[in-house]
Formats: sequence, structure tokens, C-alpha cells
Amino acid sequence: MSKEVIASTATKPRKLSAEEIAEIEHEMTLYPDKKAVGLEALKIVQKHQGWVSDESLLGISKYLEIPAADLEGVATFFNLVYRQPVGKNVILFCDSVSCWIMGCENIKAHIKDKLDIDYGETSKDGDFTLIPVPCLGDCDRAPVMMVGPDLHRNLTPEKINTIISDYSSK
Amino acid sequence: MVTKPLTKNIDMSRPPLDIAAYEANEGYRSLHAIAKGLNPEDVLQLVKDSGLKGRGGAGFPTGLKWSFVPMGENSPTQKYLVVNADEMEPGTFKDRLLMEGDPHLLIEGMIIAAYTIQASKAYIFLRGEYTVSEQVLRKAIKQAKEKGYLGKNILGTGFDLDIIMHTSAGRYICGEETALLNALEGKRANPRAKPPFPQVSGLWGKPTIVNNVETICNLPGILSYGVDWYHGLTNGNDHGTKLFGVSGKVKTPGCWELPLGLPIRELLENYAGGMQDGLELRGFLPGGGSTDFMLPEHLDITLDYDEIAKVGSRLATGTMIILDDKTCPVGMVGNLMKFFAHESCGFCTPCRDGLPWVDEIFREFEGGRGTEKDLQVLHDHVTYLGPGRTFCALAPGATAPLGSGLKHFKEDFDRHVKDQRCSYKH
Repeated sequence: MSKEVIASTATKPRKLSAEEIAEIEHEMTLYPDKKAVGLEALKIVQKHQGWVSDESLLGISKYLEIPAADLEGVATFFNLVYRQPVGKNVILFCDSVSCWIMGCENIKAHIKDKLDIDYGETSKDGDFTLIPVPCLGDCDRAPVMMVGPDLHRNLTPEKINTIISDYSSK
Repeated sequence: MVTKPLTKNIDMSRPPLDIAAYEANEGYRSLHAIAKGLNPEDVLQLVKDSGLKGRGGAGFPTGLKWSFVPMGENSPTQKYLVVNADEMEPGTFKDRLLMEGDPHLLIEGMIIAAYTIQASKAYIFLRGEYTVSEQVLRKAIKQAKEKGYLGKNILGTGFDLDIIMHTSAGRYICGEETALLNALEGKRANPRAKPPFPQVSGLWGKPTIVNNVETICNLPGILSYGVDWYHGLTNGNDHGTKLFGVSGKVKTPGCWELPLGLPIRELLENYAGGMQDGLELRGFLPGGGSTDFMLPEHLDITLDYDEIAKVGSRLATGTMIILDDKTCPVGMVGNLMKFFAHESCGFCTPCRDGLPWVDEIFREFEGGRGTEKDLQVLHDHVTYLGPGRTFCALAPGATAPLGSGLKHFKEDFDRHVKDQRCSYKH
């Protein structure tokens, strides 16, 4: 395991931005307890930074007075908290049962061909990261996947080509 | 007469009804009934009399669940309502429709539920991936607040309610209600020991009810049109309507609101359009990934909680996954096992170690290396991971398609061992 993924190696917390702090403070009004805000803060930081670095995690830990180890335990439990850098667009690829029956393995193979990435990897141009996700709850239009906040349905190899060119920065 | 109380306002070709249009179609009627003097005890009695059962999967009677919440002067002042909108059961796509299609129905139902247990705070625990639901619900919550249906002293009743939107950071286990509470508290989502049950000690140790989206959406109808109307909706032993979905290789997969008690055949043939041309029905999971396989011979059984239980499966979420004769049953069960192994929270040993072992064996089958001994190990796990041996229902849920798959598709498993390949792959 590389050094970057171990939280305890960060010694200097990143100073949270004014925007991040304002959003974290807003969450404080919605939950009676700081620990609950910890998970929200991880999501807020990720929204602004793209992922949660060790320094960011330590920054949240200091700001909310939650032990870094506790926060790391939470951060690594939830699959939508990214503890490693991701590409500009995260593809959440549904490979659960209905999508599997409808042929999602071929779609995945096509993405792999096009972008030269497998699960957990980011394309060389930094545009896409591919991650599997549990059933996206749109099974009557399987196969489906998300790109960032957008859901794409009834996927075919042709549709994948269009989606990739639509989201590419080039 | 209203026959489709859950979907009467839903038309996915246009945006959902705003609060004015929702009210014009008899929405928020129940709040006015409450304002006219319906007490929390009266509402609880109505819900009990309706016979409503939880639509999240377990089918527990809603009124009974609520009746365990301590009430009266000596009960804790802070109580919570939590809506489980963490739809993640494989093959389940019904709550998305309700939230994206008619957000005010959920909000009205939440006000009813919170009023009944006198909870002044309610959280919607929503899947992070449901980005459209989030936008639609946030907008509707704002409208309801402006109208005075949320906030302080709702319609002069002295009852206060705030609804807070919580978007989850993932993991299937959060659908388990005590794991969900831990996630809301910002902890790792490991399930909690029961008792104490959430109704007594839930969110931050306060009395809490956790209900599924569809369950909550049943409440406005029950209060607005009455228990007799609700009972009149159905053909069978269970009451009310339910969302039923069909996915897999049928002609027109989809999700429909139908009365409970309809024969399965009608759902499959009249609504889902039957199997795609050239395919035969081999079997189906009646209510999501953690239910037992049913077979074509079961098509005349009715969509009732008890009727489906009689043949050893569960109605659960009511969303069916169809297995056709050109899809490998071993592969299908293997896909589910990969899911459950991945989604184990890791807290208890049988689940944490057992499911990856099962998953590993399926990879062997897929690679043409499955053995007789592997088959025996799979059979053993149906017992070892079964009900009563694990901390929560995740692993027992996984044994439902595993055990029934091994039984009903024995020849397919045997053929994988004998041929050392999957004969469905060309």
C-alpha cells in the first residue's frame, strides 16, 4: 500500500476554505452532535476538492474535534467517500443482477476498451474514473450507469461512445 | 374513487406536481383532518385498522411498529422519524419513482407519521446516487414550509416538524434500520444489537421510527379516504396497493401500482408483456435480490405477503427479477453472491468470511474449475449463514437465492462441474 492512502502519515492539516467551513457550519444546525457532522464534512470537502486527502481529513478532524482515526474509519467505510484522487468524471457502473442479466459485462468491456481503465482506475487524460456501484434502482432500463450526478439508461456500446465524447474535456 | 393512491399524480413525462397542483388533486387533505381534531391516538388506530404492512422488505405491520414508541407526558421530548430512502436492494426500483414522481405525497405521509409519534424532527435518509430525488424533494420541502405545513405550530395544532434531507455516502447495509441510524449519527454503518429497538432507543438514543418511502406514501390515502376505502382496494388478504416491478428479459419491463392479491401471471403477462421473443421463463426472484427463487409453476400464486411465504419465498420489495432460459442461473446467483460479499459490513465473522468464500467458489465455477467439494461448501454455507447465525439479516438474505438456486437449478450446477465450463457462454 502506498503512503498516500494512510491517514496517519499526514502531519499537517489542510486549512479548510471559507466555503467549506460555511457549509459545515450549516450542517451543525441540522444534527445535534459533531460526530454526525463529520461524515457530512467529508462529503463537503470532497465536493470542493474532488476527493478527501490525508491533509483534508486531518483538517476536518481538527475543526470538528473528532479523532482522525474515527474519521478515517468512517471515511473508509462508505464507498462514495473517495480517499484517493479521482478523475474529472466518476463513472458509477452498476453491475448488479438486473444489469448483469441485461448484458452489462459487454458494456463494461467496451468502456475498458475505450478508456483503457478497469475498476478503481483513472484514464490517462484524467477525465474518467471507473467504479462499480450497487444496484442503481433503475432496473427496468438496465443496463445503467452514472457519470457524475447524471444517470444514463439502456446502455449500448454506441451510447457509451457518445457519453464518453460528451464528458471528455478534449 | 381513487384506485391508485400512490401513483395518481405521477406522470414521468412532466415535472412532478407543485404544491398548488398537488392540493388541487386532494393533497394535504389529511393535515386538515388533523387540524380539525384528529389526535395522535386516532391516527395510530386508523393505521392499525388499515392493516398496512411495511413496504421496505420485511412486511412488518406499521401500526404495531409505531405502537412501541413511548407516548404521553413522561415520554422523551425529542423523538425522531426517519424515512428509509436508501433503495439499494438489487433489482428494486420503486421508491425512486415515488420520490421523483410525487414528492409531496412523501412529505404529507411524513407529517402524518411524525404527528402520530409526536416527533418534531424527521430525516430523509436518501441514497447519494439519487440526485434527481434530492432536488425534487428539496424543492417540495421548501414549498411545504412556505405553506405552513412544516415548521412551527402546523395549522394551529401546536405540532412542530422539520424535515432534514440526509444524502448517504453509500453501502447497502445502510438499508438495515439500525445500521442506517449509525450512519446518520456519522458512524460506521454496522448494525446495532436489538433490543433495544429503535422505537424505544434509536437515533441518539431517542425513540425513533424508521419507515420505508412506500410505506409512508400509503398514509395520506388512509387518512383522506378512510380504512374501508383502503380495504376495498385489494382482491386478496393483504390490504392496499403496492408498487410492483419487473426487470430482466421481458418485453416491457417497468413498475406499476397494483392491488395486492393479483396473480403473478397477470403482472408478468399483462403488464410486463411476457418474455422476450425466443425466451422461456426459467424462474424469478419475487422481491429483490434477497428472496428465494420461484418457478413457472408458481405463476398462479397471488401477490400477497402470506401466499408467497407459503411457497418459501418473500414478497419483500415486490420488484421481480426474471431469469430466462438463455441466462445461466449459476452466473445469476454468482452475481448476487459477489454483491452480498462486497456489501457485508464486516462486523460478524460468518458474513465477513463466509460470503467472500462463497463468492470465490462462484468465480471458480465461472472459470470452469468448480468441483463436487465446492458444491458441498456452498450447501454448507446456506446453513452456516442462515437465519439466527449472523448479527443481522444480510447474510441470511444472501442464502435465499443461494439455497433456492442450488435446489431449483441443481442440474446447471452439476453440469458446470461435469463439463468444467459454462454451457450458456458461446
